[in-house]
Amino acid sequence: MTQHAVRFEQVSKYYGKFAAVDRLDLDIHQGEVIGLLGHNGAGKTSSMKMMLGVSRPSQGTVRIFGEDPTGPQANQLRQQLGYLPESVSFYQQLSGREVLRYFARLKRVDPRICADLLEQVGLSEAADKRVKTYSKGMRQRLGLAQALLGEPRLLLLDEPTVGLDPIATRDLYTLLDRLRGQGVTIILCSHVLPGIERHIDRAAIMGHGRLLAVGSLDELRQQASLPLVIRVRGGDNQAHATVLGSHGMQCQPINGSQLEVRGPTESKLSVLRMLLEQPGVEDIDVMPPSLETLYAHISLQGAQPCQLS
Amino acid sequence: MSAVLIVAGKEFRDGLRNRWVIAITVVFALLSLGLAYFGGAASGRVGFTSLDTTIISLASLAIFIAPLIALLLAYDTIVGEDEQGTLLLLLTYPLGRTQLLAGKFLGHAGIIGIASLLGFGVSGLLMAIFSQEINLEQLLGAYSYFILSVFMLGLVFVAFAHLISVMVTEKTRAAGLALLVWFLFVLVFDLALLGALVATEGRVGADVFPWLLLLNPTDVFRLANLAGFEAVQTHAGLSAIAAPALMKPGFLLAVLAVWIAVPFSLAAWLFRRRQA
Repeated sequence: MTQHAVRFEQVSKYYGKFAAVDRLDLDIHQGEVIGLLGHNGAGKTSSMKMMLGVSRPSQGTVRIFGEDPTGPQANQLRQQLGYLPESVSFYQQLSGREVLRYFARLKRVDPRICADLLEQVGLSEAADKRVKTYSKGMRQRLGLAQALLGEPRLLLLDEPTVGLDPIATRDLYTLLDRLRGQGVTIILCSHVLPGIERHIDRAAIMGHGRLLAVGSLDELRQQASLPLVIRVRGGDNQAHATVLGSHGMQCQPINGSQLEVRGPTESKLSVLRMLLEQPGVEDIDVMPPSLETLYAHISLQGAQPCQLS
Repeated sequence: MSAVLIVAGKEFRDGLRNRWVIAITVVFALLSLGLAYFGGAASGRVGFTSLDTTIISLASLAIFIAPLIALLLAYDTIVGEDEQGTLLLLLTYPLGRTQLLAGKFLGHAGIIGIASLLGFGVSGLLMAIFSQEINLEQLLGAYSYFILSVFMLGLVFVAFAHLISVMVTEKTRAAGLALLVWFLFVLVFDLALLGALVATEGRVGADVFPWLLLLNPTDVFRLANLAGFEAVQTHAGLSAIAAPALMKPGFLLAVLAVWIAVPFSLAAWLFRRRQA
């Protein structure tokens, strides 16, 4: 039996009358990387706080590795958690190394590993400068080093890529892929979507405190049944449109010379066959719905929550 | 090492680093040296004079300064961490909220303790060196007692600062409340009490009045120092109205301890209850 890393059962969290989280059911398996997606105020941060044991659910139960994160086991549990808050400016007067050593001592981790962690996140050279002089990206790296203290089994990252330049973002994802290889469960909380697709096993999309959809990207695509989009270059656009149009596809010219074909996903192969028979076609681009379009689609549907597997 | 000590250690080192310790020490040292040397100026001479008079003058200045310093030192201790995002992070670490608060309190206590020991100690030392009339044993006793009482007065207001710090969500509001607390206990309370006494023409009895003084930690500090130095009791107006039962140093220091424990416990209780 696989133990769940995180289990939400009918969890609600109220602030006054406002339901920040509304009857959330969600299981996160050990060793998976899940993207927790949603716009601001969708309930991501409230859910994170409950996983971290910082706030208690108003109703329902949250379990981390089968334990209550606010229960008597909380301190042992917290040693296995790593958390990167969305925006943390740390102690301005201390150096990066001092900040990290302080948190290491609090987490009962040998402070000698700090140099290594700083190296991993690329902060070695700035380690002895005051945090006050750090850029947003450097603070984010320091936050990440802090989250990795004590080799956590569960890593919660709130908007980890905000403020990072493209290279640092790539480094972050490389690091996450390596941790995933070590069996670490990772929860990536984000509303910045491009780029995260290839690094997550599943996505959970939240809106207004509710879980709108959860599943792998394929499952979500299937569920959303977004139209197939194919772009064609070369040949006679008018002729393509006539042939495809007679099979119920919608065609419209795009970017001057290209033609965009939209239709039901099932007809993908027949559309491709027809296009290949057309004279003069130079290039065909099949565009699966990206996480971004899926997200937009599902968030807009938001009123009716649905769940896969 | 326990989590409390780790937090306390960081708080204390922060105090050293951002010059809090040195600043408070210097303020205390200047005050005490100035008073010890010029304290007798009104009677026509300068130089180190009577021990008791010196201490009482010191006490009446410490009443204004020590609470202010303590409040300034600690008012943003929690709300400041909240604003820079580290509070949420600390709460996900394996340490309890009470432990976090206790660690910070201990760190602040260390700062105030070291600063008052050094600051007032200097004047005691100089008095011991330059004054011929003074009995060293008496001097040591008097200064120890006085420094202990200043330390405790400081802790009372550190505890108030912690209470303020867990109650608000903005640093500026915490600063405002800290000043309000200072005004209330250091200035307003005594005036109000005096006003009430005059308005009722003293009918609200000599029985109740001294006990009302216990409701203000700065008055408890004042009484503690009057009680500690018998020679002065006869000169000070306050001791005339305070009941003899009250004027026991041990009892008054115990009341100060209560004044430390109550706001701190209240702060810890509120902090545990509040939504992060």
